[in-house]
Amino acid sequence: MALSGLFLCLFLVGHLLGNLQLFVSGQQGADNFNLYAKFMTTNPIVKVLSYLTYFSIIFHMVDGLILTIQNRRARPKKYVIEKGKANSSWASRNMALLGTILLVFIATHMQNFWYVMHFGEISHYEIKGQNVKDLHHVVMSFFTPTSNSYAAFMVGFYVLSMLALAYHLHHGFVSAFQSLGLNHIKYNKIIEIVGAGFSVVVPLLFASIPLYVFIKHYL
Amino acid sequence: MQFTLKVWRQKSQSSKGAIETYHLSDISEDMSFLEMFDVLNDKLIRDKKDPIAFDHDCREGICGMCSMFINGEAHGPGRNVTTCQLHMRSFKDGDTIYVEPWRSSAFPIVKDLTVDRSAFDRIIQSGGYVSVNTSGATQDANAIPIPKEDADSAFDAATCIGCGACVATCKNSSAMLFVSAKVSQLSLLPQGQTEANNRVQRMVNQMDAEGFGNCTNTGACEVECPKGISLTNIARMNREFMKSSVG
Repeated sequence: MALSGLFLCLFLVGHLLGNLQLFVSGQQGADNFNLYAKFMTTNPIVKVLSYLTYFSIIFHMVDGLILTIQNRRARPKKYVIEKGKANSSWASRNMALLGTILLVFIATHMQNFWYVMHFGEISHYEIKGQNVKDLHHVVMSFFTPTSNSYAAFMVGFYVLSMLALAYHLHHGFVSAFQSLGLNHIKYNKIIEIVGAGFSVVVPLLFASIPLYVFIKHYL
Repeated sequence: MQFTLKVWRQKSQSSKGAIETYHLSDISEDMSFLEMFDVLNDKLIRDKKDPIAFDHDCREGICGMCSMFINGEAHGPGRNVTTCQLHMRSFKDGDTIYVEPWRSSAFPIVKDLTVDRSAFDRIIQSGGYVSVNTSGATQDANAIPIPKEDADSAFDAATCIGCGACVATCKNSSAMLFVSAKVSQLSLLPQGQTEANNRVQRMVNQMDAEGFGNCTNTGACEVECPKGISLTNIARMNREFMKSSVG
């Protein structure tokens, strides 16, 4: 759980850095993003990393499911009164729920862009002799109300999913270090601060992309 | 003080239990929670009713016998106290108090609020000891120099009284805090290091075999533990377990 979780944290950083290119406006920004998208779908090293990411997501999900089933079995009869908030954070008690929301998000997100990029109908054009797929246009029109009537709904869904990610990471990041036995008085504070920062900054930047594309339309 | 008590009553392990309501008045604020139960049981006996079964022994907070889940928390609202050291002044006059047994498939209910915690004994039997020579030529423990920090950490872990509040309070019924305290108190000291690898493997295996849940690091056990056993013990056990799995 911890190792796959931390690997997925690394994936989030990489994915975020790539996606932040969507903030660069103009044809230059679009070209760079499309060249980057082509690189990400054709480079052999990236391919290996992407398979490792798919595997980590599936492993994280299956392991989480097994652990949740075992944990439910360990307490077949619930308490009449349980005061969980007196001793633990909401996120720590609802990792399975948050994870399920994220699974629905990942499936939707991959259908929205990954599927279109790999198997969908997508326009091609030439940049410096390279034939690229215009994924930039797909992303922009997906979150723009004039070209997608569900744009507002999708932006809302993406932002709420990132809120779920924030809570999931807020517990998950620090928890992974504890599971790996890396909890120590000397550097606990650093792990806590980095974890809290990571869980706020990463989802916030991710959520800002659909929001920016959506709001840009009205400016 | 007056209280309405909602207590879990269950005749035996196989019977179906239910919450029953009792009203108590003239309770002193200086009474411990268990003394309040003594008053209630005295009343039940005088009324020719079956008294409530509950575990207790020293009533000084050191034996680990008392085990009540009070208003949704193991050992009630107090911090670093057992049920016997919880006083009625911690509640408001007229409060309704729910009292339930520890709930875990590894701690089957014997009767009412009494649960069978022998799963903990079996975990200790699996490796929670140091095999020493007791034939008379035993080396004096004080002859081995031990860093003060290690001695303090070992002693902190050894304050675990094995009451099971960690299991009761964990949403997964995990026994990691208990087992890690027992692993730590031995492995931190030189006498315990010889058997360290086997110990952690055996104790963790026994813990899993007993049907305790998995640790998801909610930290609830540390908050509710009457002895303030730290989560760092769990991290230490995780380290030891991984180390012993590899080497």
